[in-house]
Amino acid sequence: MKQRHKRMVFFIAVVIAAGLAAWLILKSFRNNLVFFFTPTEVKNGVAPSDQDFRIGGLVKTGSLERSNQDMQVRFIVTDNLNNISISYSGILPDLFKEGKGVVVQGHQNANGEFEASQVLAKHDENYMPPEAAEALKQTKSLHEITGSTLINSEK
Amino acid sequence: MTPEIGNLALSLALIITIVQAGASFWGAYVKSELLMDIGLSASRTQFIFSAIAFLSLAFSFYMNDFSVLYVAENSNASLPIQFKLAAIWGGHEGSILLWATILSIWTVAVSIFSKQLPRMFRARLVGTMGSISIGFLSFILFTSNPFERLIPAAINGRDLNPLLQDPGMVFHPPVLYMGYVGFSVAFAFAISALISGELNKEWAKWTQQWTLLAWLFLTLGIAFGSKWAYYELGWGGWWFWDAVENASFMPWLVGTALIHSLSVTEKRNAFKVWTVLLAILAFALCLMGTFLVRSGVLTSVHAFASDPKRGIYILILLSLVIGSGFVLFAMRAASIAKGESFELISRETFLLSNNMIFMTAAGSVMLGTLYPLFLDALGLGKVSVGPPYFDTIFVPIMAPAIILIGISIFSGCKHSLLIQVLKKLNICLITSIAMAVSITFLLGQWKPMVTLGLFMSFWILSTAFYHIYLQTRQSAKNTISSILALPRSYQGMMIAHIGVAVFIIGVTMIKGYEINKDTVLKIGEKIAVGSYIFSFNNITTVNGANYIASRGNFTAFKNDAQKALILEPEKRIYAAQNSQMTEAAISSGVFEDVYISMSEQINHNSWSVRIYIKPFANWIWAGCILMAIGAGVALIGKKYNLAQSNKQN
Repeated sequence: MKQRHKRMVFFIAVVIAAGLAAWLILKSFRNNLVFFFTPTEVKNGVAPSDQDFRIGGLVKTGSLERSNQDMQVRFIVTDNLNNISISYSGILPDLFKEGKGVVVQGHQNANGEFEASQVLAKHDENYMPPEAAEALKQTKSLHEITGSTLINSEK
Repeated sequence: MTPEIGNLALSLALIITIVQAGASFWGAYVKSELLMDIGLSASRTQFIFSAIAFLSLAFSFYMNDFSVLYVAENSNASLPIQFKLAAIWGGHEGSILLWATILSIWTVAVSIFSKQLPRMFRARLVGTMGSISIGFLSFILFTSNPFERLIPAAINGRDLNPLLQDPGMVFHPPVLYMGYVGFSVAFAFAISALISGELNKEWAKWTQQWTLLAWLFLTLGIAFGSKWAYYELGWGGWWFWDAVENASFMPWLVGTALIHSLSVTEKRNAFKVWTVLLAILAFALCLMGTFLVRSGVLTSVHAFASDPKRGIYILILLSLVIGSGFVLFAMRAASIAKGESFELISRETFLLSNNMIFMTAAGSVMLGTLYPLFLDALGLGKVSVGPPYFDTIFVPIMAPAIILIGISIFSGCKHSLLIQVLKKLNICLITSIAMAVSITFLLGQWKPMVTLGLFMSFWILSTAFYHIYLQTRQSAKNTISSILALPRSYQGMMIAHIGVAVFIIGVTMIKGYEINKDTVLKIGEKIAVGSYIFSFNNITTVNGANYIASRGNFTAFKNDAQKALILEPEKRIYAAQNSQMTEAAISSGVFEDVYISMSEQINHNSWSVRIYIKPFANWIWAGCILMAIGAGVALIGKKYNLAQSNKQN
């Protein structure tokens, strides 16, 4: 093979490899995008029924029920307009508290209940997960409910 | 008084860096020795003032001066002294001050260890470093001043976030920043080369030294962070593909590509434009990392700032530095382009492929990290990219690079026949496939990913040791001393590659054979997990320095072993913020870690707990440390070579 041909072959190999990589990356990217919805949007049926998504809001005060046998818990996530009941089995993060912001990831089961595979409450006491803050902002109830929390975090 | 001294020192440092940048660049332009000298002395003076500013802040923490807002927010009278040290960089203002101080350390190091470089080149180096300092110092003074007073003073501080009250936080941020900021030196070398239009092997040798040092710190910093997440976040993960972790991982990937590309420029005088581009990109990603972490667009334990002014300032700084870098690159790249050509099947081609793979990996991490931010910024909705994305793409992208490690060390410089290389490597290929398959088989379960992972590790190890054997068998000395006689840069490369193999073994084993059990245990109850029997003995209340803990006592018996492991995880309540923390108990060994953390009290005598058996966990960090050691050994070799070549001149 002449030098020029060799370079041609190399070039084609690179193009094929790059194409394969791009295809792999984009395919995997699409499959793993997790969309976020507010409780109101979920109630309105905007959320997908066949794939995982996230819901953000506040853990409704007084809604947390624990089993005293196993790690099953139930609670309600609210944006102060609509409530979604969540069932979850597993360890709750340290900062999970009633009345505080939370983000749950999972899917809706046949009887309309949300089965969470992950519960996220972030690291700082005063910190509100942005998705949760967003959900509350959309119902315009952010200030009356969490005014004090937010003032703290803005110092 | 102290905060005012700090403030003054900071303002003086800013003025001096303006002199440093101005005098150096102008001096190099008009070829004035005097101006260039002024630039040099300014670069040393600004270091002194940055250090004074930093020490003033440290002193305020030491004195519990809660009339300083930043101290009041991040410390507390009852905070143990070592964590007060960590608290200096526990918040936004302090960590940016740490950034600037570390930049001044690198600047002074560059000004001292660049005496052999041509005067004008050296002046441009110092000037570039000075310009970056101006950006960061003014950022501190105008948007994030750690010396701001709180009048009236707080009676006590809000305390450091309990998650950061850990010895790891004393080391992780400074080491990581040494890495981030260290890439500014490679950037400055690239800029100076572009301005002067001169780029030769000597340039590559110098840049390689500084890049290796920065990469060493970055590697260690990332490894420390991962280890910290493993034991301190309490739930046993060691890498979450969290945006903040990605922010440090992207410069690491590009920095790794840069080291490999520099080695070609150094030996063959090729890849010049590409190398310069990588040097600019690596530092750009470091700045972007700082922007992501500090601007508040990301939310995590690292994001303290929610002030949009800061985000915009960093964004402007970022675009100025990167923008001027790329404009200069576009204008001047042609002048340095005349490199030597190389054959198609040669080490150069393989290293170029390695570079492309690393860039693809960095690009895919960037896509997953930035896409949600863009979508959010444009108001198109909120999404997140799950860790499975990164997990699925990373193995297929990186696997070819791992295979290339073996092939490229055996292919000669410039040209060799692929067939010859592969013939030589037959034995390694067969050995590593056979070992990978038989080990997976012995472990009982057929897991293709485990076989693949083990194959890649054994491939690296067998090719490395085979190559070392070929290098040393002719030697008359014994094996050890003939290995020690090999060039340092070769030894460093081999150590780093072996580190990669060790790392892959750790990841493979933990992904393949980790056992996880989340369960509810009564006091006195026993449970079998893996080859261990765990029993939950009791719960006691313990008073710590600034927290109260419920401490569980667990014993773990291995089937055949006589001795039991005792594990005491805690659930802590930190008084100052009334916040709860899970403190895992880990019995760490060479071949496995036993890991317990307590989640919550279910009723009066039972708790929910998480138990892990994590095989080969320590190999992950050991691999990273080996990579860093490799960089260090190569660096010693480089210094020695430079000293030699200077003597000859």
